[in-house]
Amino acid sequence: MEIGFTDLIQGFGVALQPHNLLYCFIGVMVGNLVGVLPGMGVLSAVSILLPLTYGMPPVGAILMIAGIFYGAQYGGAICSILLNLPCHPPHAVTCLDGFPLTQQGKGGVALGITMIAALFGAAFGIIQMIFMAPYIANIAYSFGAAEICSLMLVGLLAGATLAKGSPLKGVAMTILGLLLGLVGQDINTGIERFTFGLLDLDDGVELVALSLGLFGIAEFLRSVNNTAPINTAYAKLRVSDMRPSKAEMKQAAFPILRGTLIGSLCSLIPGTGPTIASFVAYAAEKKIAKKPERFGRGAIEGVASPEASTHSSVQGDFIPTMSLGIPGDAAMALLLGALIIHGIQPGPRLIVEHADIFWGLIASFWLGNIMLIILNVPMIGIWVKMLMVPYRYLYPTALFFICIGVFAAKNTLFDVVMTVFFGVFGYILLKLRFEPAPILLGFVLGPRLEENFRRSLLISRGDLMTFIDRPISAFFLAVCVLLIAMQIWVRFKRKKPPILIPDTAYE
Amino acid sequence: MTHAWVGGGAGESTGVIKPNRLDYYAGGLVMLLGIGAAYTGSGYEMGSLTRMGPGFFPTALGVLLAFVGVLIAGSASFGEADEVHATSTPPDWRGWICIIAGALLFVLFASHGGLLLATFSCVFVAAMGDRTNTWKQAALLAAGVTVFGIVVFAYGLRVQIPIVGF
Repeated sequence: MEIGFTDLIQGFGVALQPHNLLYCFIGVMVGNLVGVLPGMGVLSAVSILLPLTYGMPPVGAILMIAGIFYGAQYGGAICSILLNLPCHPPHAVTCLDGFPLTQQGKGGVALGITMIAALFGAAFGIIQMIFMAPYIANIAYSFGAAEICSLMLVGLLAGATLAKGSPLKGVAMTILGLLLGLVGQDINTGIERFTFGLLDLDDGVELVALSLGLFGIAEFLRSVNNTAPINTAYAKLRVSDMRPSKAEMKQAAFPILRGTLIGSLCSLIPGTGPTIASFVAYAAEKKIAKKPERFGRGAIEGVASPEASTHSSVQGDFIPTMSLGIPGDAAMALLLGALIIHGIQPGPRLIVEHADIFWGLIASFWLGNIMLIILNVPMIGIWVKMLMVPYRYLYPTALFFICIGVFAAKNTLFDVVMTVFFGVFGYILLKLRFEPAPILLGFVLGPRLEENFRRSLLISRGDLMTFIDRPISAFFLAVCVLLIAMQIWVRFKRKKPPILIPDTAYE
Repeated sequence: MTHAWVGGGAGESTGVIKPNRLDYYAGGLVMLLGIGAAYTGSGYEMGSLTRMGPGFFPTALGVLLAFVGVLIAGSASFGEADEVHATSTPPDWRGWICIIAGALLFVLFASHGGLLLATFSCVFVAAMGDRTNTWKQAALLAAGVTVFGIVVFAYGLRVQIPIVGF
């Protein structure tokens, strides 16, 4: 691991450059803000900032966008614990015990424990990434077109079926995303597909327009005049309240450890992001507890374990994205989209060819998490005030940011009209109880899937058996079959899902 | 059990549309999209498995999508009704129209009028979509966002829209 160590030091050299430090800070700050503000999602925040990074150097852009993801996890916890509002899905389960603690006057302690759990979980996730990502990339280095194709299929299928909502509908959304990814000129022949004579669609659908329509405007259409009244009675606390007692630390220590391990395991399974990790961690903690009836009434373990799990899973989620070029969820799909926009080909070569990005990113994770602790502990009062911003001021402002952000992506107003179109379409999907997140996954992977599919059949002279004859590809296909079999088994064996996955759109 | 989500949690009544019926619509929509994609895709050159044309992949995906649509509609009758309560809200035309109009006004004024007018009208109209916002509040919010937007986007990031111009 000597090579890894020198690379990491180089990474710190990249991340500590003043402008990169600034971008990282902007990223975590915006992320934290978005996590705190009720009714704002990470996906829309990243999409709004994405066009502004087009003119930036790629390293800074990626550090900033990544910062939004893990920064939002810190802010989301504040909202859940103090307001009982799961502003941010991974933290929905934190409400169950976090809010009762707040009502008992221990909201500060719950937040303090959350910060410790967050730092521990994140640190573990980052270490996992340092060791595993280069290793996985090394294995993937020898993959041919057929293997990449089958691997993508695993990623897409897992993303569609393991996430929230009905698995069949998830598959439908993924295929729809793949089709949307094909819009525009065909890479091989230059023929325009699905452009309906619109010249503006020649380059394909703009990623930012799609994502801001589905996760921004569609969400506004659903939430306008339809938000829950916010109970801010308990949203007061001082920094000194956040220090947990020795007994509380002792109580939380093992749950944090268990949560971290669960989170890191979940991050390795494609399609299971932080939301699932936190639910599994909570369920596990409740199962092994001596007095399970304490849960839901302010058990400190019920906050510590899922929070650690969320943070370790968020950091671990970067592993498949950075080492294989296969994102685990919609948020990572956006990050991958950002890489592609900056002209960086994602895949196993990324770590070697763009060592500055990979190791710089890891170094920035350390720095960013420390910044977040500094932002959240002494400045907790400011974030608590932010909780009070009512939705009726928030969404019109966000709508403006969406319009100007989409325009700035390619300097065309056509894309803003497209965003409105996707917004209305996304709202209809939400009403029909589809989860639009897999669309993004399919959209980002669509062109690469087609390219590799074509290439592998060209190599095998049209023989479809090539996907089964090659052992690694056959293994991935077996995983796909297993995923489908699991869904069928769950459907017919069990009446109710084992854990409650809330149905909401923002991830 | 449903959580009180910020978006879509409050005020939703149960049982207006039965989940089964909803899944029929959902399956139907997916089926239509699939058929549409397959039909459009089949208009491009298909090629062979060895040398795939631009039409092959979209057509295959379209057929697959239509098939999944059939499955969604088909599984609706398998008694999934007890799983989740159907959520349905009365249509909120004021909110919807104001949000969509706000975005479209931005498009209109950004090309004929400039950033100042585009920002103000976008935020003002969108804010009027909320039934508790007053004219005054909406105007104040719009003015605030306009000042911020012009400083950050016009002067700071030099977005390619003139502040005032036709």
